[in-house]
Amino acid sequence: MTRTFADLHLRINPKDTQTAQRLIVKAKQLGYQSISIPFTQGLQETEAATLKDMCNKTGLDFVLRSDFRPRTQEDLMRFLRKFRRKFEVICIACDSKEVARQAAKDRRVDLINFPSLDYHKRFFDRAEAELASCSLTGLEVDVKSILVMEGPARVRLLSCLRREVAVALEFHVPVVLSSGGDVENLLRMPRDLASLAYLFGLDEAQALDAISTNPNAIVLRNREKLSSRFISPGISVVKEGKAV
Amino acid sequence: MKRVKRRYIALLLECDSLPSEREFLDAVWAAVTKLYGEVGASLTGLSLINFDGKRKIFVIRTSLSSLSMVKTSLATVTTVAGKAAALNVLAVSGTLKALYDNVG
Repeated sequence: MTRTFADLHLRINPKDTQTAQRLIVKAKQLGYQSISIPFTQGLQETEAATLKDMCNKTGLDFVLRSDFRPRTQEDLMRFLRKFRRKFEVICIACDSKEVARQAAKDRRVDLINFPSLDYHKRFFDRAEAELASCSLTGLEVDVKSILVMEGPARVRLLSCLRREVAVALEFHVPVVLSSGGDVENLLRMPRDLASLAYLFGLDEAQALDAISTNPNAIVLRNREKLSSRFISPGISVVKEGKAV
Repeated sequence: MKRVKRRYIALLLECDSLPSEREFLDAVWAAVTKLYGEVGASLTGLSLINFDGKRKIFVIRTSLSSLSMVKTSLATVTTVAGKAAALNVLAVSGTLKALYDNVG
């Protein structure tokens, strides 16, 4: 079976169309089928339409994603109420334990992400994994930090990632591998990206799933939910009849 | 003594300038050493086999047992000869003939 690869995190400003165009072309050359450029300040419809158009012309599928860094639990809930139905993927960057726990147990959150530099703020432990596994929330790992860091900082990051990924696998939490890149040189071919995942304990099949099956499953599930025909999981409108 | 199985890797260098063979190999060795240390690097048996300057395609050889280590290290290369660069694995093969057939 041919895998379709997705990079759900190209970290660029959606308003910077020139950089976006370059990265979109590059992603296509490297062999990705779908990409995502996160919106951090709500949905800007003009930019979203431009990016979608650029991707369509290049032959890529554009996934509408939003990244949010809430300060409190209430902040997170407010954001989800306002934006859940506007984006296909929602990723929450967790800066506090309170937010991390709430994000993990909320079914409206698709991905959780933790800061690469501050190890005291990586809250992905067994309790977090248990909550995330019940709500189908995935753990996102950006490889950019592994590429740009060196020495003790990289050693510490790899050690944290190895522990977190082991916990995620134990609790069947989907791991999603993204480039997190903002320049072309930090993008890698899907299989090269997967080979970086060996560093924190994913085997070949799991690493390939992390850049194909897992992100694609999230996008597919959310697109189904956002469609007007969706009623509830497994139930959708097939045909509408006329009133008698 | 057991025969050492080898793998040939074709790499595409993405860099604005063209580094020399020496600079390229130094960047690869540096990446392997940084990630796996000197003992790990010594197990790889890395060597440069061929270099196509026009297409920026390099062919290196490594032992089969350390293939995943080398592939991981290649993915971490971000600079070659002080210039921003990336290495993409085009093909991996057990013989040079099959490798060149794959790369074209």
